[in-house]
Amino acid sequence: MDENHDPPIEDESSSSSSGTSRRGFLTQVAVAGAGLTLAPLLTGAQEIILETPPAQPQTSMVILTVNGQKHTLNMDERTTLLDALRENLAMPGTKKGCDHGQCGACTVLVNGRRINSCLTFAAMHQGDEITTIEGLAKGDELHPMQAAFLKHDAFQCGYCTPGQICSAVGLINEGHAKTDADIRELMSGNICRCGAYQNIVEAIKEVKNV
Amino acid sequence: MNEVVGKPIDRVDGRLKVTGKATYSAEYFPKNMVYGVLVLSTIAKGRIKNIDSRQAERAPGFVGIMSYKNSMSLHFPQSSDPGSGKFAEKDLLPMQNDRIFYDGQAVAVVMAETFEQAEHAASLVKIGYEIEKPAIKLEENLSTKYKPVSGLGGAKIQVSRGVADAALQTSEVKFEQTYTTPVYHHNAMEPHATVAEWNGDKLMVYDATQSVAGSKNLLSSMLGVPPDKVNVTALYIGGGFGSKGFSWPNTVLTAMAAKQVNRPVKLALARQQMFTTAGRRSQTIQKISFGATSAGKLNAIKHDTTSESSFVDEFVEQAGVATSIIYSCPNVEVSHSLVRLNRGTPCPTRAPGEAPGTYALEVAMDELAFELKMDPVQLRLVNYADTDEDKKKQFSSKSLIECYRRGAEAIGWSQRNPQPRSMREGNYLVGYGMATATYPANRSASSAKAILYADGHAEIMCATQDIGTGTYTVMTQAAADAFGLPVEKIQVKLGNSEYPKGANSGGSQVTASVGPAIRAAALGVLEKLKKMAILDNTSPLHGHKEEDIVASDGRIHLKDNADRGETYTQLLNRQGLQKVEALAKTNVSTRQQTESNPAAAGSADAAAEEESKTNPAVQEDEHVDRKPYTFHSFGAQFVKVLVDPVLNTVKVDKAVAVMDIGKVMNIKLAKNQIMGGMIFGIGMALMEETAYDPNNGRVVTRDLAQYLVPVNADMPQLEVQFIDVPDPYISPIGARGIGEIGITGITVAINNAIYHATGKRVRDLPVTLDKLI
Repeated sequence: MDENHDPPIEDESSSSSSGTSRRGFLTQVAVAGAGLTLAPLLTGAQEIILETPPAQPQTSMVILTVNGQKHTLNMDERTTLLDALRENLAMPGTKKGCDHGQCGACTVLVNGRRINSCLTFAAMHQGDEITTIEGLAKGDELHPMQAAFLKHDAFQCGYCTPGQICSAVGLINEGHAKTDADIRELMSGNICRCGAYQNIVEAIKEVKNV
Repeated sequence: MNEVVGKPIDRVDGRLKVTGKATYSAEYFPKNMVYGVLVLSTIAKGRIKNIDSRQAERAPGFVGIMSYKNSMSLHFPQSSDPGSGKFAEKDLLPMQNDRIFYDGQAVAVVMAETFEQAEHAASLVKIGYEIEKPAIKLEENLSTKYKPVSGLGGAKIQVSRGVADAALQTSEVKFEQTYTTPVYHHNAMEPHATVAEWNGDKLMVYDATQSVAGSKNLLSSMLGVPPDKVNVTALYIGGGFGSKGFSWPNTVLTAMAAKQVNRPVKLALARQQMFTTAGRRSQTIQKISFGATSAGKLNAIKHDTTSESSFVDEFVEQAGVATSIIYSCPNVEVSHSLVRLNRGTPCPTRAPGEAPGTYALEVAMDELAFELKMDPVQLRLVNYADTDEDKKKQFSSKSLIECYRRGAEAIGWSQRNPQPRSMREGNYLVGYGMATATYPANRSASSAKAILYADGHAEIMCATQDIGTGTYTVMTQAAADAFGLPVEKIQVKLGNSEYPKGANSGGSQVTASVGPAIRAAALGVLEKLKKMAILDNTSPLHGHKEEDIVASDGRIHLKDNADRGETYTQLLNRQGLQKVEALAKTNVSTRQQTESNPAAAGSADAAAEEESKTNPAVQEDEHVDRKPYTFHSFGAQFVKVLVDPVLNTVKVDKAVAVMDIGKVMNIKLAKNQIMGGMIFGIGMALMEETAYDPNNGRVVTRDLAQYLVPVNADMPQLEVQFIDVPDPYISPIGARGIGEIGITGITVAINNAIYHATGKRVRDLPVTLDKLI
């Protein structure tokens, strides 16, 4: 990534939504994963007035292949794959739960592999086959995993569900899950706050055993 | 016709949810929309000295910034009742002045053409503060505690019967302990989000809320816009658990911002922002005192709770609410005190009061059982409450003894060796624990509209909402039975404030409140059909008496001759009618709280009230004498845990809940709901905790990598059973609420099981492994 895209100074008093720039938070995720705390401390920095003009964002022409369809987007390079799907392509089936790769609601399949779409820039996925929840069913015919989720009531509010289903499809593709405990472990990147976990495992087992 | 209520049908909105087509509030794209990003305070107390937005204004795509300096003036909200709308911070209308009361308080909204640009511009806003010394820790501010007069909606929170102090003195066995619970955050998967669009003087808002009706009322009164000019829509909500029950600053700010820039605005909270500006569960310190006989009969209970609220609203975590009725005891004293801190404002969190409150009370019961060398189940049976001794009323229905019995059997309680740290499985210490689950069965006034179309399908409309609990589905079932139509012919429309006002999704009350209103509206339509047929000289029912005609399977026909009749479709087509509709309002409340929700003149609600005067279903329902009864649900939670004796890691191995919640509307959804509550309780017991920096009052654990919630790998084997006997008095349907009772008792049962496994009693939630060393 081009360094010019960053705000000039990471100043503690610049209290944005997350308190950090997008690049900053990608770093923060790695740190948070290590269990460290990065809550900004109060410093004397409140008085600093920046003199450097803000960097101009760069846009790029990106061709994204989503559910078999090509989309040409002239897009801010800072756009994550998640935001590109939800906002630029108006395909909000993929959900934003934390924007930090901690909840799994944004899970999509890239070349058949499950990834957190909030942790990757859209511009990095030209030429990839991206599959979202909107692309799993064939017309009116649900994907077997979607049908199994419906049958086993593997959700309540439905907000984590697209991510859970994409993750479950990815899990089957990986072929590692042999036992219930494997499924639970390998699905633990997808949080369901409503707590439909037991039903999610039942749904996955049904598809896996076919 | 076979009843659909009680059948385990799939969720009617399930197909939309598994295909990604259910639209949540952030998923609307009005033309010309801009993105708003909140800027939050970085100090816990003080004043804004200056806001330097020069850099932000030069950022590409910048559209506008709103702060107290240029925001429109707000009016005070006209409602403080969650049913009609409760703004979360009554003493802090957002962005009206320079005062800061907590870290993470909304101080500006920055708008730009794209989300990336808005985030970037927001990061460039420089805010200077005048910092004052905040009150941060509950333990260090106890000298400021006071006794609030009442709880939410006027609930009675200082309770006294008999002479608890004197009885304690003279009791054979005395027990006293203090228990603490930390701040918890709801963390629904969908962050709070709002899209607001003005069309002239009309405001359209898509809002993630547990009350479209309340959100609309608040926007109307706070912005000074007539109610009929405001619409709030929330077709799908990604969980709430209480956090979307009150209205938070983000909603009204989005509408204000949209007005300021004269363009639609989308504003979604980042996960981090939800830790300060979208509610939380209060921290509690609870002292429990028991006086008992050596046989375990309780003679006195005292439950004293100290919790904390912000400086901008008074929210009391009513931890003692269940204590006065859960067991039979002549002398009871329940008290609540409050300390104000410079923290974000708390609000109801799944089973507010009962969840932390039963934790303290029921761990104390377990301690008393061990002290008396009694079986914990036996201690509860000895103190079983046949009646509500606080209000001196009967329970409308109660099967708690059966819940204990079935739960004990399912967990294998009889194999339990009562001696702590006596049982092992391989390398693991084994522990069994149990507790009572309890939650009031709330019902409040609700209205609904039913429309039957000539093609044979029917629609229901109600301004309640489905926050993920399954309201669309169970209301479809209730409507199908009332209409005598298959579920495929029913379409239930919720989540739009234009519909007749339904209950807010709080207090586990929607099923019990809205179900009867929908049923009555559907039956109201059928009454009209009967009257029509009687007057129609070409109808086979012409001239018959109304009371001799019944409806089933899409037909009206004679009660004692089913062949004599006709289909709804035949009648409507012959009459040349496209549809027949009815409004109904059931004015029944089982709540303690005083409610003042008069229907506004000219509203759909007022029309429903008027039409209901001649609706037999409403009249029958409203004339049930409910005064002799307390409506309350009970259940039992039983848990088996495995504890690693070297690492002190705790794994819940099996958890069983047996619940008496009246009629079960849909066992598939009901089990899921209870399991969800149990899992919330596992988080509360073992891992969830919000930590504040003791120096500056900032939330340290402000994301899902630091605020841990249960994941799939944490799951035990979960078993849920229901008594499934309809409550004869709550409503004609007989169902009580189910959303919250599942979290009560489970946290305790886990705690008690850990003690049984290890011999170590932890009185400070969560039970993390460091506390077991």
